[in-house]
Amino acid sequence: MAVAPDPRITAMDEQGALPRKNGALVFEAPWEARAFGLAVALNEAGVYPWRDFSQGLAAETAALEQQGAPASYYERWLETLEKLAIARGLVTLDELDARTAEYVFSAHHEHED
Amino acid sequence: MSGMHHDSHQAGTESYAALRTKALESLLVERGLVTTDVIDTVVRAYEQDIGPLNGAQVVARAWVDPAYKQRLLADGTSAIAELGFGGRQGVDMVVLENTPTVHNVVVCTLCSCYPWPVLGLPPSWYKSYAYRSRVVREPRVVLREFGLELPEAVEIRVWDSNSDMRYMVLPERPSGTEPLSEADLVSLVTRDAMIGVAKVQVPATPGRG
Repeated sequence: MAVAPDPRITAMDEQGALPRKNGALVFEAPWEARAFGLAVALNEAGVYPWRDFSQGLAAETAALEQQGAPASYYERWLETLEKLAIARGLVTLDELDARTAEYVFSAHHEHED
Repeated sequence: MSGMHHDSHQAGTESYAALRTKALESLLVERGLVTTDVIDTVVRAYEQDIGPLNGAQVVARAWVDPAYKQRLLADGTSAIAELGFGGRQGVDMVVLENTPTVHNVVVCTLCSCYPWPVLGLPPSWYKSYAYRSRVVREPRVVLREFGLELPEAVEIRVWDSNSDMRYMVLPERPSGTEPLSEADLVSLVTRDAMIGVAKVQVPATPGRG
């Protein structure tokens, strides 16, 4: 599958702009790249128009600012993705919480055997 | 909020956010909405394919391959696509060759049209009103402010991008670069040189002379 970077994604403005260094995207941790890829891949697959994601990200950023709750760019990104996936009926919050709990549990225990 | 700030959940080296991402990914993969491979491909494409590096590869190829250069100047869109770079359909790329007598510089006076598939994101000055309005009126002065002093005899051509047409400058290959490989040449080409507000410089070789 060939993926051409989409200008609607690469040229998001202001606080929505993807973190970059010297023009290249910057991911502080592997999960940030996964969250990025996941959101873009769903858009490529036609699950939602990018506008829905970018507007969600802007709303998330504004809401956190109002609450005075600091969050990194990709924390806001992930929260946006999660809310969008739930709103679109792709997953439910309960499923996501349950699956996360499984991973948290195994992450706690994987070094104990 | 559904738990983004539960730092107490941090386990081992994987943060809560990492696990949450993994959970979301696994559910969406199970549902057939996306595959792990596609996510990998997307990340690679965005990490590698954006940025002035694409344009630098086009320039370096044109410097070493006269036939490619000819195709590039005749039909920028197709020649750039030969190297695997392309944008949205319906946007044509025009490549402008700088010579000892003609210097090209690119602007978008209306907004900030920019050849993103080859140059990545525009620098903030490119979008500024000052650049957009002044480079047309007094290009020589603006270029001087960028540190580019051109002899009076050099003709400056300013090209105004629009939604159907994006311009990229093919800078002059600096003298003294004859022994360099194509890959080495790529690293010399800067974004500013491909917008036309700078020339390609040869870095001073340390430890000599």
